[in-house]
Amino acid sequence: MTLKAIMLGAATGIITLTAAVAEADTSDKRIALSNNYAGNSWRQAMLESWQKNGDAAVAEGVVAAADAFTTSENQATEQAAQIQNMILQGYDAIVINAASPTAINGAVKAACDAGITVVSFDGIVQEPCAWRIAVDFQQMGREQVKYLAERYPDGGNLLEIRGLAGVFVDDEISAGIHDEVKNSNFEIVGSVHGDWAQDVAQKAVAGILPSLPEIVGVVTQGGDGYGAAQAIGATDRSMPTIVMGNRQDELQWWADEQASNGYETTSLSIAPGVSTLAFWVAQQILDGNDVPKDLTVPFLKVTQDDLVEALKTTPKGSVANVEYTQDQAKDVIATAK
Amino acid sequence: MTSDRLRLLLPMMSLAVLLGAVFYLQPRAMSYFGLNLLFNLAIPVALATIAQMMIIMVNDIDLSVGTFVSFCACVTATFVHDTPLLGYAILATAILAYAALGALIQLRGLPAIVVTLGMSFVWGGLAVLILPSPGGASPEWLKTLMGLKTPLIPIAVIAPLVIALVVHLLIKRSWVGVILQGVGGNERAMERAGWSVVRLRAAAYGLAGLFGVLAGMCLVGLTTAADANIALRYTLLSIAGVILGGGEFVGGRISPFGAVIGALTLTLAASFLSFLRLSPDWQIGAQGAILILVLAVRLLFLRKEAAA
Repeated sequence: MTLKAIMLGAATGIITLTAAVAEADTSDKRIALSNNYAGNSWRQAMLESWQKNGDAAVAEGVVAAADAFTTSENQATEQAAQIQNMILQGYDAIVINAASPTAINGAVKAACDAGITVVSFDGIVQEPCAWRIAVDFQQMGREQVKYLAERYPDGGNLLEIRGLAGVFVDDEISAGIHDEVKNSNFEIVGSVHGDWAQDVAQKAVAGILPSLPEIVGVVTQGGDGYGAAQAIGATDRSMPTIVMGNRQDELQWWADEQASNGYETTSLSIAPGVSTLAFWVAQQILDGNDVPKDLTVPFLKVTQDDLVEALKTTPKGSVANVEYTQDQAKDVIATAK
Repeated sequence: MTSDRLRLLLPMMSLAVLLGAVFYLQPRAMSYFGLNLLFNLAIPVALATIAQMMIIMVNDIDLSVGTFVSFCACVTATFVHDTPLLGYAILATAILAYAALGALIQLRGLPAIVVTLGMSFVWGGLAVLILPSPGGASPEWLKTLMGLKTPLIPIAVIAPLVIALVVHLLIKRSWVGVILQGVGGNERAMERAGWSVVRLRAAAYGLAGLFGVLAGMCLVGLTTAADANIALRYTLLSIAGVILGGGEFVGGRISPFGAVIGALTLTLAASFLSFLRLSPDWQIGAQGAILILVLAVRLLFLRKEAAA
């Protein structure tokens, strides 16, 4: 098989991963991760996924280096300096989880001008020369309501737990929920801010519960499901269907309820392993493949059927995770085209 | 050698040592392109440090530099870009507000540290009001200026030198500067000599406001867009820069060249640690260690000087 044939094969995704890996022409390329924050379980899992996946890719010879850098403080100016340092260090691609969508544009542009491939994910950047792997947060809200509509075709009352007030993600998820509720028989009878944290959510829900009529479902933003369950469990109300956010404690509670009374729900969030997706997208771009500038991160859903499996692989205090492979990245790219 | 020169020698030596270390670790930095990348983000830090220096010069400390620069960046990326006249008017008002603060602090005998801490929330709040979500755009001329390809020496090296020189002439070589330093040296003597300390303090704060505005504008020129939290780090960086550059918290003892070199050193220290591939958990600590090391060496120098 000639090199050209291999390349053709790789491009069309015919040959297997290992074969493509062994002879991909990105073997001398170096990819760096510029990360702005490492202070919560999601980010820690994200960095771990990057490390694991990156080390494997280096060992297999797909790329020459996959180094991760985190700024010592979550500040845009620090990250801009970090990216400029990466340019000096001669990386071929920089994968960014950005502190600000705009404040590092200058550094990103400088990287692009130096011929470096820049891929941003999760915290994306607006600079047009960079690739963006964004999360469709509105869709995340819609999916929850869609699931509940399947469970309760006649509708009913919903309680909404929101995230941190004033943050873009909170507005987006909430907008998606409200948008979808309009197309259903549901009515949102209460809304509290849970700040994506179990303890805050528990207090907030306990506070609003006495003023609420019967509720059939709780829509959430992740990290708040367990707290809501605790608050509702402390009253004599029947347990509504709480949509979970893939946190280990949420899944554990769900599994326990399932065992004792056949409780059913669903859970969705973004897998921290999205960093590996960004890695493979960067690798694909370096490989010369045509990749659209805007890609969407797939959600990681945990359904009733794979609850046990997901719980087994999720460490305590962490989030359900999945690492992406080169082929999955190709699928994401193909669907965006 | 005068004490002022000696004060400057140490910051220059620390910068040279760090620069040598960075060049050793990353030879690519030893080029026009490399120096530009290494230092261009130090320009707004240097301006913010000069702003802080003006306040420290009159024995006060400003905890609102970071949020003020963020506010100015937001104004630059929105009003100055869309409606320049209104934009510059807002920035001018901000400078006047700073001067008014100085007058207020003097008139009422308020502790500057508390007033500026309070103001930091005001500036921060205004920045969020102006730019609720990150965005805006840099005025074209500013982007061109910050991205200027100057011959031979990159703008990132020229700009700090020019800033230092201009401020040096203003503070060290003009009568205004001497009087302002006098406020820090002996406020009462200045008052007895017939100067209005209220006006002088207002002038010092006004100058700080001016350099804060310049820092915000430069920052937007570099990043091409703003964010309400863009420069929060500048508060502590600027204080550290002034002290690292041979300034002292009391007595009007400051050095413009030192302050700029201090800002460059701090910026470079971060890059150095990043080139070392030090884990981020250790980086803040290491940055602090570098700071303490330089200050400790300075103390030794000054002791010897005093003994001699």
